[in-house]
Amino acid sequence: MAQTAPVETERPTGDEEIVPDLPWIVIVWNDPINLMSYVVYVFQKLFGYPREKATTLMLDVHHKGRAVVSEGPREKCEFDVARLHAHGLWATMQKDR
Amino acid sequence: MAGPVRRSRRGGGFDIRISGRERDVLATLPETLRTVLSSGDAGDPVARRLFPSAYLDDEAASREFDDVVRDDLLERRLAAIATFERTLRADHVTEDELIDWLAALNDVRLVLGVRLAVTEESTSADFAGDDETETAFELYRYLSYLEENVVDALSA
Repeated sequence: MAQTAPVETERPTGDEEIVPDLPWIVIVWNDPINLMSYVVYVFQKLFGYPREKATTLMLDVHHKGRAVVSEGPREKCEFDVARLHAHGLWATMQKDR
Repeated sequence: MAGPVRRSRRGGGFDIRISGRERDVLATLPETLRTVLSSGDAGDPVARRLFPSAYLDDEAASREFDDVVRDDLLERRLAAIATFERTLRADHVTEDELIDWLAALNDVRLVLGVRLAVTEESTSADFAGDDETETAFELYRYLSYLEENVVDALSA
């Protein structure tokens, strides 16, 4: 695996503030087909969440129609969305607002 | 609870105790799935359900995402179907094989569920009167029961 050497970056001068890129979030939407137990299983398997957290997220999806299941840089979120789609869940991603 | 799919007492893997008649039904599923997956009609609601848009309101980004992941997604689905087809008469499967069963069962349920437009409240009565939809809903219900058992077994 290629490794990138650390790059010297210029320090900000004066009062400029560094605004980090907004993180992205992955949303799973409710659907009438996927079984509740299956959704819990997928959340545990893909994200390593403990059973309680996976269950809470599933119930949010079920009752509120959606839940944020993961977040981070765009590439990570795209990876998560692809894995959720592979498991038949309805997932989308967007910038966290 | 003793369901039809159970973790084996010894040696790892899972025991599958379902009748030959049920297996005959399962044997029809790979064909159903392959037909849907090879149809290539991206506007079909079933295709949209199996390959959803990644971005709600950014078509260009969604297309780009789709270009990158669709082949891989399709390949994974076909691989799971192949495992399912190869092992659907087995009394014993490995964990990886059962995970492929789960993928295949869930995909068929998505296909049937979208075609029947099921809701969380759907009952047999909603599909009575038409033999084809009635049979499809009974299959959907049976697969839901079987999948629930597979999930339980894998989670146990």
